[in-house]
Amino acid sequence: MNAALDLTPLALSLRLAAVTAVILLILGTPLAWWLAQGRSRVRFLVEALVVLPVVLPPTVLGFYLLQLLGANGPLGRLWSLLDVRLVFSFTGLVIGSVIFSLPFVVYPLKGVFEKVPRAQLEAAATLGAGPLDRFFSVAVPASLSGFLAAGVLAFAHTLGEFGVVLMLGGNIPGETQVLSIAIYNHVEQLQYPAAHALSAGLVAFSFVVLAVLHFTHSRTKAAT
Amino acid sequence: MTRLNGRFTLRRGGFLLDTAFDSAGPGVTALCGPSGAGKTSLLRCLAGLEMPEAGTLSVGGEVWFDAERGVSVPPQRRSIGYVTQEPSLFAHLSVEDNLLYGYKRLAPSARKTTLEDVVDGLGLKSLLPRRVTNLSGGERQRVAIGRALLRSPQVLLLDEPVSALDVAGRADVLRYLRLVLERFAVRSVYVSHDLREAARLANEMLWMEGGKVVAQGNARDVLTDVHLPFAELDEAESLLDGVIEGHDEQMGLTRIRCANQALWLTQVEAPVGSSHRVQIAARDVSLALSAPGAVSILNVLEAKVSDLVVAPRQPAQMIVRLDVAGHPLLARITRKSALALQLQTGTPVWALVKSVALAE
Repeated sequence: MNAALDLTPLALSLRLAAVTAVILLILGTPLAWWLAQGRSRVRFLVEALVVLPVVLPPTVLGFYLLQLLGANGPLGRLWSLLDVRLVFSFTGLVIGSVIFSLPFVVYPLKGVFEKVPRAQLEAAATLGAGPLDRFFSVAVPASLSGFLAAGVLAFAHTLGEFGVVLMLGGNIPGETQVLSIAIYNHVEQLQYPAAHALSAGLVAFSFVVLAVLHFTHSRTKAAT
Repeated sequence: MTRLNGRFTLRRGGFLLDTAFDSAGPGVTALCGPSGAGKTSLLRCLAGLEMPEAGTLSVGGEVWFDAERGVSVPPQRRSIGYVTQEPSLFAHLSVEDNLLYGYKRLAPSARKTTLEDVVDGLGLKSLLPRRVTNLSGGERQRVAIGRALLRSPQVLLLDEPVSALDVAGRADVLRYLRLVLERFAVRSVYVSHDLREAARLANEMLWMEGGKVVAQGNARDVLTDVHLPFAELDEAESLLDGVIEGHDEQMGLTRIRCANQALWLTQVEAPVGSSHRVQIAARDVSLALSAPGAVSILNVLEAKVSDLVVAPRQPAQMIVRLDVAGHPLLARITRKSALALQLQTGTPVWALVKSVALAE
C-alpha cells in the first residue's frame, strides 16, 4: 500500500511553500518596515488589508481571486496576452498563497522591526548611514529571529492551505494537486491508509518545524 | 574654530523650544540648564534628528538648515559626532566594528584620525575584539565616544554622556573625555544638567531655561554672574586657570598660581609648570574687611566686590561677586554678614578660601 503512495503532491506542496515563502519575504519585508516606521496616515487601511486573509474564509479569498485572475478577469486577461494562465496553474497557486499567507510574514517582521531601538537607527544616521543603509546594517541584523519566524510561518501556513488552492488551482495532478487536496481526494475515495500516511506526515512535519522555531526563538530571547 | 549659530522653533507636545544661539567656540561649549529646559531638543536639532518648524542653522559657515528656503541636511550628511546618555552601540557588532561603523562611511579624504589614535586616546585596545553586550557602562560610553570621534566630526555633540553611569564609570569616562577633547581639539557641545561637571570641560557656556538660551558667555563669567539663577545653587562655584608652581612634599600641599596669587591645595600629582583649572565653591569663600591675622585658612586673596545680590530664593543669603586681579570669584555669605561689613560694589575685601580643588 505504502509503495503505491504517490508523493508528487508532497513535492508540489513543498515547492509551493518554498516559492511562496521566498516571495513573501521579499514583498513582506519592505511592507512590514513601512508599517513599523508608522509615519503614514493611511497605515491603518493597509494594516486592515494585510490582516484580511486571517479573518476571511479561504473560499471567499479564492473566489475573488478566481474572478480577478480568471480568463475573463481583468488581470487574467492581461496575463493571457503573455500566454500565461493564472488560474488552475502553479502560478495561480503561488499568487493565492502569497496573498493568503501575507499576514504571517508581515506581522512577525513588523513585531521585530518595532523593537529595533530608535536610538540605534538615529546613531547610525549620525554616523553617516542613509535610510537603506540603516535598514540593512542595523535593522536587519537585529531582526534575524523575525525573519526566521516569518519564513517558517509562511512555509508552514502554505503547506496547510486548502480552500484557496481548491478554488483557484483545482485538482490537476502534478500541477495544482497539493498535499491537502490529495488528502481530501484519498478520503473521498475511502483510501484511509493513504490519507493517514500523508496527514500524519504533515502533522509531524508541522510540529517539528514549529518546535524548532520556538526553540530558536527562546534561545535568541535568552541571548539578548 | 567652528562657529554654530542659528535659531530654532520646535513644538513637541506641550514643550516649545524657541531660541536663537550663537556659539563661536573654540573648544567645548557647555549647554546647561534644569531638566526640561530643552537642552536635548536643541542638540537634536543640531544633529538633524528633529526638524524644527522654523529657523536656521549654520555650522562653520555651512547652512545645515533653513526652514524658509527648505534646506535641511539629513543627519547622515552632517559632519557630526553624536553621543547620547545611553550609548546606542550595535549589539551585533564587535567593539572594533562599532568603532569603524562611521569611519567606513566616511570618504578617505575626510578621515582626520585613525582607529589606532582613537583606541589609544580612549584606552580601548583590550576591548577591540569583545562583544559590546558584555562591556561595563563606562566602557560602552568610551566606545560610543570613540565611534563618534572616528567620524572626524566638525562638531561633537555630547548629550549627558556620563549621567547614566555610576561614580567610578563617570570619573573614568570624564578623564578620557577630557584627554581626547584636548588631543583631537574637537569642537564640541556638551549637554549637562550638572554645572560642575560641565564647568570642568567648557570654555563657553550656554544656559537654557524654558526652551530658551537665557545666558551665554565665557564659562568663567557666566558661572559667576550673580544675576543668573545658578549663582544661587548650592553647587555654585568659580573657575580659575592657573599654573602649578611647586609642591610642598612635607606638608602634602601643592602651590598653584591663579589670578596673580598663590593658592594652596592638597597635593596633586601634576608636574610643576603644568596648567590646570581650579574650582572654588562659593560657599567655601568667606569675606573680611581687613587682612586677617592668625587664621587656619591658607588661602587669603585680595579682592574687590564687583557685584552683589540677595539670593532670590534664599533671602538670608547674599551672593557676592569679587574681582581678584581681573578674575571673577563667587562668594556666598549671609545677608547679616554683608550688612555688618557694609559691603557694596567697590568695597575692598579679603577673600578667605577654605578649599581649592583641581577641576578634574
